Amino acid sequence: MARKKIDESRRDFLKTVGVVASASASLTIAPEARARQALATLGPGEVPVTLTINGRRHQLNVEPRVTLLDAMRTRLEITGQKRVCDRGACGACTVIIEGRTYYSCSMLAIEAQGKNIRTVDGLANGSTLHPVQQAFCDNDGLMCGFCTPGFVMATVALLEKNPNPTPEQAKRALDGNLCRCGTNIGVLKAALAVKGGARG
Amino acid sequence: MKTFSYVNATNEKEAVAALSPSTRDGHGDALAAARSGHQPSKVPIAGGMDLLGLMKDYIVSPDRVVSIKGLDQTIASGDGGLRIGAAVKIADLAEHAAARKMYPALVTAAEGVGTPQIRNMGTVGGNIMQRPRCWYFRNEEFNCLKKGGSRCFAVDGENQFHAIFGDGPCHIVHPSSLAVPVIAYGGRFRVAGPNGAREIDAGEFFQMPNANLYGENVLQPNEIVTHVILPAPGQRSASYEVRFKQSHDWPLAAASVNLVMSGSTVKSARIVMGAVAPIPWRVQAAERMLAGKTITEGVATDVANAAVAGARPMTGNQYKIQIARTAVKRAVLAAGRA
Ligand SMILES: Cc1cc2nc3c(=O)[nH]c(=O)nc-3n(C[C@H](O)[C@H](O)[C@H](O)COP(=O)(O)OP(=O)(O)OC[C@H]3O[C@@H](n4cnc5c(N)ncnc54)[C@H](O)[C@@H]3O)c2cc1C
Ligand code: SF4
Ligand code: FES
Ligand code: FES
Repeated sequence: MARKKIDESRRDFLKTVGVVASASASLTIAPEARARQALATLGPGEVPVTLTINGRRHQLNVEPRVTLLDAMRTRLEITGQKRVCDRGACGACTVIIEGRTYYSCSMLAIEAQGKNIRTVDGLANGSTLHPVQQAFCDNDGLMCGFCTPGFVMATVALLEKNPNPTPEQAKRALDGNLCRCGTNIGVLKAALAVKGGARG
Repeated sequence: MKTFSYVNATNEKEAVAALSPSTRDGHGDALAAARSGHQPSKVPIAGGMDLLGLMKDYIVSPDRVVSIKGLDQTIASGDGGLRIGAAVKIADLAEHAAARKMYPALVTAAEGVGTPQIRNMGTVGGNIMQRPRCWYFRNEEFNCLKKGGSRCFAVDGENQFHAIFGDGPCHIVHPSSLAVPVIAYGGRFRVAGPNGAREIDAGEFFQMPNANLYGENVLQPNEIVTHVILPAPGQRSASYEVRFKQSHDWPLAAASVNLVMSGSTVKSARIVMGAVAPIPWRVQAAERMLAGKTITEGVATDVANAAVAGARPMTGNQYKIQIARTAVKRAVLAAGRA
């Protein structure tokens, strides 16, 4: 298993190197493309991207293929949201955009521009936890903690939309997040415990 | 993921232009390229839920990705039905008041898709156009028939989630939950391409592997789906999905039923099964059995038996026959109660 992982990343690396070599070749079509149509073609090299995360604007240069999650974690040191499956199948990377939950691993950074992106890093007020974070602590809502930032954001999104959810509504809203440690019961308890206190 | 250049198309004209092959791509016959197993070099991205996964796994490696988030994002009424923009988010469809009232079979399917995050990100167009979930297809190491190789690994391999209808040579099940009710409602897709727009009956949009091994439908690489057009629904309709897990997964089998009624008697019916064949699987023999009947448990059982009568399971998916049968029966009964 571990060995396969290493092989895979080495292969990816080799591929990436190959691609960089051919990227310069594909750049030569740019003048022709410009003549044919006015639409801007960005990349494949790095392009300037502006992201608004937890109310702060960040300017960075990334290739169009970089996901929002990787841009946050590897370029901006905003590491609250975790990278687990990287395939939209676990929820560890969940962010809130315009009141809704998104998997930041399955969204390109370039497409996240102009939006107000919220992560777990922006929840606490100084050393005072957000009521949802506090409720997770009080209700045994975490063990290893890897899924927790995603669950916390999904819970915040739920409670901001529906401050007094029924257990059924809470279950459905937290359906997009998985926990390997089995904290789900505690998470549900936490979500219901902050009833009415979400805006804290 | 391989590097690519990115174009943000703000409307369908720009999208089609940005997807059209340039002279450098050979003779510009992107269709021929796609038909021979070569992936098109330019692909649209809507929500990205499916496409980014395909690209991370090197199943699709385009040179250019064209954002089509600028396509129509509205749901409008017209001709007694609804016209749903391809860029409408699945979550917005699920919450749309008129859609809920008119097309319960579609809304049930939309509510069941994946997870809340997937419904918030995924679009109606992307859902229809998503690629198969066959694990051999999704794994770069398996150069199967569908990717231009010489064999289908599912035949002798792990096929518990594969097709029970269709006889190959590729045994995928079509992954779109929304396509199933769209066909049950007699919907059409509006498609835009270099020669303008056309409408295609949803029932004729999807193609079996013997007609199109490398793709799943008639869309050409420089065409895009812009709208799903639904005619007025029958008086009663419903969907029923059977799932292994309640979220994070596709249905094991699904059925959508749309009934035109005359009082409490069925005048005509459409029954479509999902996750059982390489395309949404319409069962006309079962539809005919419903005509002229009032819906009872016995009628629903007979119809469900007829729906799965021609099933030919693989080595590991015999159980899906009973599940598909149950889905049809429960969808018929739910429509009867609706
Ligand atoms: C864990 C998980 C569970 C899931 N469960 C379900 C489920 O139960 N039921 C279900 O139906 N789906 C399910 N899905 C799939 C999900 O619904 C789709 O990935 C999503 O709907 C795709 O929409 P998108 O807008 O993100 O498409 P994208 O990823 O942007 O595009 C998908 C494909 O369609 C093409 N495309 C997109 N829009 C258009 C258009 N307008 N015209 C032409 N081509 C286009 C793209 O080029 C790409 O090839 C699940 C996915 C995951 C990860
Ligand atoms: S079912 Fe189709 S996609 Fe899957 S291995 Fe067989 S040929 Fe490939
Ligand atoms: S890391 Fe994004 S859903 Fe798993
Ligand atoms: S607390 Fe460990 S994965 Fe959820």
